[in-house]
Amino acid sequence: MAQPETLVPASTSGLGYTSGSAPAASPASAVRTRTADELEIRLEFGGGLHLIFSQQPKHTIFLPRTTPGADARPADIRYLIAYMKDNLVSEREDMFVDGEGVRPGILVLINDADWELEGELDYVLQDRDEIVFISTLHGG
Amino acid sequence: MPTLCSICTTARALVKRPKTGQQVCKQCFFDVFEEEVHITITQGAQGGGSIFERGEKVAIGASGGKDSTVLAHVLTVLNRRYDYGLDLYLLSIDEGIKGYRDDSLETVKQNQAEYGLPLKILSYDELYGWTMDKVVDQVGKRNNCTFCGVFRRQALDRGAAGLGVDHIVTGHNADDIAETVLMNILRGDVARLQRCTAVTTQSEDTIKRSKPFKYAYEKEIVMYAYFKKLTYFSTECIYSPEAYRGYARVFLKDLEAVRPSAIVDIIRSGESFVLDQATQRSMKAMRRFRTSPARANLQKPASAKACALLQGLESGLDRAAVRTTQMAGGEAPEGQRSIPMFERKLRVADGNATEGIERAVQRVEIKTE
Ligand SMILES: [Zn+2]
Ligand SMILES: [Zn+2]
Repeated sequence: MAQPETLVPASTSGLGYTSGSAPAASPASAVRTRTADELEIRLEFGGGLHLIFSQQPKHTIFLPRTTPGADARPADIRYLIAYMKDNLVSEREDMFVDGEGVRPGILVLINDADWELEGELDYVLQDRDEIVFISTLHGG
Repeated sequence: MPTLCSICTTARALVKRPKTGQQVCKQCFFDVFEEEVHITITQGAQGGGSIFERGEKVAIGASGGKDSTVLAHVLTVLNRRYDYGLDLYLLSIDEGIKGYRDDSLETVKQNQAEYGLPLKILSYDELYGWTMDKVVDQVGKRNNCTFCGVFRRQALDRGAAGLGVDHIVTGHNADDIAETVLMNILRGDVARLQRCTAVTTQSEDTIKRSKPFKYAYEKEIVMYAYFKKLTYFSTECIYSPEAYRGYARVFLKDLEAVRPSAIVDIIRSGESFVLDQATQRSMKAMRRFRTSPARANLQKPASAKACALLQGLESGLDRAAVRTTQMAGGEAPEGQRSIPMFERKLRVADGNATEGIERAVQRVEIKTE
């Protein structure tokens, strides 16, 4: 049952973009170094979602370890989405955000696992976590 | 502690299945996904048998998008694993949309190499003498998906006939079918409800069409493509999609977020609709009316619809007039062959309503011979 893997070149993303059509974003680490109170988070966008993130399917960001304000809590997915809405979405934020979560029809993977298995918005982020967002709203 | 797979109970669960809530690992996910498609295939025919026959030539309608890419992959795997004995082809339609279709056709060509399947690309330009870009130049960006829909349906049939194929399979998934059920209800088109939920449809004059992904959720197709690292292309059609359908789609995703079984529930509702006798009679009368040659101009079948669209384009109708023609035409009926079979002789006697398309047909026949 293992034969199909050999059919597929390793270079493809499985996310609906090819490396040729979409250059990787320069990581945050290329600009400055991470401070002690930040987490390094890797983000990837599939299903055409990269189009509203400066056309770039891959981003690396430094996220504060705790949320700002009086009721500070460890950074979770809820905070990540709010942070992305304020700092990363380049256009049409309604295509991504819905309330404090993501719009229905967008799948979220946390380190390759369905976020529904990881506590969704309440998942507490760890340094070097990889979060993938895939839109299923367009394209057949 | 990570959640363990509810099937093998050893590996870490990575997917929560929307249909069942079951938590499964990557390998078990591949297995159940493929197995369920196999079951749809082997039990999906009207009487409960297989939708395929041994030795059948089957064209996969390939757009380069996730659904048809996963379909090409899974059918290749299942055909080998269960020895269906199918001759598989990839069939792509080039609508002639610069930038959009160019990239997705590149993807299909890559799939052709990856799966070793013969590929046929048929363009609107060679079929109709019109690219979608040219259509949009003439009629504007609004409502041009009507052209897309009517033209694409015919183009797949013609491509299949050109390949000598017996059967077309498309990547329509459970979410798509639920959306179509909703659309038919929202348009009052109840007669189509049962038909649009069938795995396989065929009428006297059509090539058999099937949807092996009828029970596959969009979420699982996307996960499958992601975990298998399949090559697909995803972008929005640069021409505006039909707004009404857009609302239905968003509504469905909202429902699904609250209750994942909404998708199969809606499909089941579509399947179970039984029209009462009075409605059936009026639908039958409608069909007779449609096929009566004297009335052909009042209630056009899809072939005439495409021709009217083409005629409108060729005579350079202004935008408003073309749009009126579109409105009257609506969408091509599910599974209905709309233009004569590829190899069939031209019927000149059909009159000028089909002139545009016949010219296009001649053009194609000359090119492909
Ligand atoms: Zn397992
Ligand atoms: Zn379109």
